[in-house]
Amino acid sequence: MSQPQLWEMPLHALHRLLASGAARAEEVCAAFWDRAAEQDPHLHAFLSVRPREEVLAEAAAVDRARAAGTALGPLAGLPVALKDNLSTAGWETTCASRILRGYRPPYDATVVSRLRQAGAIFLGKTNLDEFAMGSSTEHSAFGPTRNPWDLGRVPGGSSGGSAAAVAAGLCPAALGSDTGGSIRQPAALCGVVGLKPTYGRVSRYGLVAFASSLDQIGPFALDVADVATLLGAIAGPDPSDATSARVAVPDYSEALQSDLSGLRIGAPRELFGEGVDEDVRASVAAAIDLLGELGASVGECSLPHVGYSLDVYYVIAPAEASSNLARYDGVRYGPRAAGDDYVSQFAATRGEGFGAEVRRRIMLGTYALSAGYYDAYYDRAQRVRTLIRRDFAEAFERFDALVAPTSPTVAFPLGSRVEDPLAMYASDICSVPANLAGLPALSVPCGLSNGLPVGLQIIGPAFGEMTILRVGAAFEQASDFQGKRPPMAVLGG
Amino acid sequence: MAISAADVRHVAALCRLAIPREQEEAVAESLGRILEHVQRLQTCDVEGVPPTSHVGELGDTLRDDEVCPSLPQEVAVANAAAARGGLFLVPRVVDGAGAGQG
Amino acid sequence: MTDFEPVIGLEVHVELRTRSKMFCGCSADFGAPPNTHVCPVCLGLPGALPVVNRQAVVYAMRAALALHGEVAEETRFDRKNYHYPDLPKGYQISQYQHPISTGGHLDVHRPDGSVLPVRIRRLHMEEDTGKSLHEGVPAGQSGVDFNRCGVPLIEIVMEADVHSPEDARLTLQTLRTIILYTGVSDVRMEEGSLRCDANVSLRPAGTTAFGTLVEVKNMNSFRSVQRALEYEVRRQTAALEAGERIARETRHWDERRGITFSSRSKEEADDYRYFPEPDLGALRIERAWAAAVSATLPELPEVRHGRYVAAGLTAYDAGVLVEDPPLGDYFDRVSGVAARTACSWVTVELLGRLNARGESIGDTRVSPEWLADLVRLVEAGTISAKQGKDVLDVMVAEGGAPEAIVRARGLTQISDEGALSGTVREVLAANAAVVSDFRAGKDKAFGFLVGQVMKATRGQANPALVNSLLRKELES
Ligand SMILES: [Zn+2]
Repeated sequence: MSQPQLWEMPLHALHRLLASGAARAEEVCAAFWDRAAEQDPHLHAFLSVRPREEVLAEAAAVDRARAAGTALGPLAGLPVALKDNLSTAGWETTCASRILRGYRPPYDATVVSRLRQAGAIFLGKTNLDEFAMGSSTEHSAFGPTRNPWDLGRVPGGSSGGSAAAVAAGLCPAALGSDTGGSIRQPAALCGVVGLKPTYGRVSRYGLVAFASSLDQIGPFALDVADVATLLGAIAGPDPSDATSARVAVPDYSEALQSDLSGLRIGAPRELFGEGVDEDVRASVAAAIDLLGELGASVGECSLPHVGYSLDVYYVIAPAEASSNLARYDGVRYGPRAAGDDYVSQFAATRGEGFGAEVRRRIMLGTYALSAGYYDAYYDRAQRVRTLIRRDFAEAFERFDALVAPTSPTVAFPLGSRVEDPLAMYASDICSVPANLAGLPALSVPCGLSNGLPVGLQIIGPAFGEMTILRVGAAFEQASDFQGKRPPMAVLGG
Repeated sequence: MAISAADVRHVAALCRLAIPREQEEAVAESLGRILEHVQRLQTCDVEGVPPTSHVGELGDTLRDDEVCPSLPQEVAVANAAAARGGLFLVPRVVDGAGAGQG
Repeated sequence: MTDFEPVIGLEVHVELRTRSKMFCGCSADFGAPPNTHVCPVCLGLPGALPVVNRQAVVYAMRAALALHGEVAEETRFDRKNYHYPDLPKGYQISQYQHPISTGGHLDVHRPDGSVLPVRIRRLHMEEDTGKSLHEGVPAGQSGVDFNRCGVPLIEIVMEADVHSPEDARLTLQTLRTIILYTGVSDVRMEEGSLRCDANVSLRPAGTTAFGTLVEVKNMNSFRSVQRALEYEVRRQTAALEAGERIARETRHWDERRGITFSSRSKEEADDYRYFPEPDLGALRIERAWAAAVSATLPELPEVRHGRYVAAGLTAYDAGVLVEDPPLGDYFDRVSGVAARTACSWVTVELLGRLNARGESIGDTRVSPEWLADLVRLVEAGTISAKQGKDVLDVMVAEGGAPEAIVRARGLTQISDEGALSGTVREVLAANAAVVSDFRAGKDKAFGFLVGQVMKATRGQANPALVNSLLRKELES
């Protein structure tokens, strides 16, 4: 096997090259920038890429600092992409929506500042389903992203741009956000590692809100070690986010072991049920066997109310979204429609600015909160959510981690579900429960089905990131997926 | 769960979304299908179960009463479609038309 | 004809006097150029999140405890969803299901001495909105300024225990005084830091049913509260007597025209779609915290009122002192003299002179200790009441201790019988005709003679002594 290209390497390998002086940050960033320039026209993973000279100037500054012996952060000189719902000062943040076209935030999201502090160099902002509402990235107002494994298929969503960019080597790491599976499901469909941290583990300040009680920011990378590094850089309490937890951040690299002995792992039978493809089920079952071989004791368990997850989710998320998206009125930011009076101008701005799926969810959420329906929908969903949380709490009395498929299917063809909301919503059936319960969940590639990646989901108790990273790292080292990348021919490279 | 075009108009007015007349039926149909699906929630026994509105029992994250720098005026209005003299411009608002507090 | 009884419930918003806003660090000060006290949070920029100001919670607790409310052990914030250009997020962070305080009451002392108890239903925290301006912007446009947006408010909702417009005004004034004592707000109606809405309905006198509620807004002074409600009661009475139905609506008070008018009818009924604010967790209020806040409360108006009445003041005088805390504080320091006497010197003599000079009790040269000395000089008869007032004139204008002024001006009253009896005899000798008038039964003549003695002593004679000496001489 020949020496891998820079753009093929994970963060930790690049970091070693930079630290040893075998490569310069300027070279690394140029390699990814050029790769993105060459390949992104096929994928449309990025909504905006920073000018090459700007990126390389920042990288050169890191090289100079390193040469001068300055202490550098763990991501110094390494390129990272950001989902375009993370606020970046002075840099357009669109949420893939016409209603935010041209909006340049006057501030950085907390995760953006933290990555910057760790030395990361931002390459570009990635595509998503408008306002992160979707599971295929087809609901982007600026066109869909394609799956690097098969350009005729979706990359998953909503963080499809971030997942595709990492899978195709356009950048070695990216951030996404996960409200009902928006990191894990595209990670699974693109064959990369994605982590949704515990609710409150990572500050949401600056993340454009979709459903505030479910949203969480997390990393994408090529392997678990890189995800651990990225989590360490962005996690921790933030005085600007009252829902960020005041829980100390451990050294996640300590999770990277190869042995799972003593660990109890449960497989909730409800997450392997109806709607899960046979191939996916088989691939995940084989992965579970491998966990057993690595020393874990594996057993079946039950989450009796988890079958209500999608129903709970499709009440709570739209309800919160309907309120979160009320601010887009064309007064302080965003384009404004024509109209004679405030009310009609406001309604026209929103009617024209939001895409069909966002409008649908705003309507749905408004209905669920409206007089006479609150108790039957919103309040009831919140009570069932309590039951789902209790199910998980009971399971974690017996198990250290739970495993399940990340997505019930592999990547589906572009256009196949976009007209059928219920079919699209079903894509989240295995990922939504962790959001409802606020639990950390990791997706690790566990095989290919007809040439398309399958993801293994590892769910932990609250603030149990160490445990799930440990399971993921051990699995990844033992699994034969390690190192598999999308076939280059597909990418025209 | 049947949703009528009138329901659609009512909800659209509540959330200020212009929905063209000719789309009302399609929107009603689509919302109706989703609402029908989530009807399953009615079959779950939630007797005595409290609602979850926050997953974290996070306690009291309060802020000290200290003044921090605000945005400069030109930055505050920089993204506005229409602004003048540091004010955001909107079509004239009728007095007393506001809902809510006051 | 049926007699109708008004049923009035007040909802009061009070702006809290914190340095920074409710959910962000922007200054809460008034009067800055538009949109200079704004940040991503209070402008409602995408991704910004609220964080609760601790001092606002403390202030809300102070107000709640002063109104005898029960502070919740766990309180939550909710979103109140509605659309308006001055509401940047499309919702107001407020409290709905779990307000910081429930219950409580206040006692309204009417001028006739009777007391009206008014119950409080709840007190909750919320944020203020921005302002829409119509001046200085292109025709057909409004300008929106978000400087006030996010300033902390408390809303106090009272039970409908009030049955007359005058009582409504008195209730609001009583509430204002209580809030003033807690120090959590300037409570100035004209400046908007105290705002009052009223729910008014009528019912046949003697029944307990509730009529159709009409909400009256935009009352910008205590006087306009009473006037607006008087108008509204007249309007509803006339409508009911004419057999009309009262519409459930919101009406605005037009101060200039002296009428209420129906606000533009909304396309949809108010449907605020309240739900728990997911960006803020529940706020636990440990009992020790509430107790610590309670311990810092000053003497409250009703307690002070009771203390003054017990000390011998009339309810009216007590009310005057209670309603003006600096005046009451001043009065409390005028010690060692009878309360009634001190009150009259403070509220009539001193305050009258200060008002005439455009000064306030806070910046007068007359210290309460000196005023007490002055009252004692008069009480002891060292100087006459008339002289005392002259001395006070000097104290107000130039400052100085009363004894020093009395000494410097030789104002001491002549209370020496020996010294005065000579003057009395001289006056009687010089006014023989008047003396015979008096003896003939003309009582008025006595007063003339007193005046002559006072004139001869340049006002320094002790009037009581002059009286007794004159009588003794005339009757001998
Ligand atoms: Zn602010």
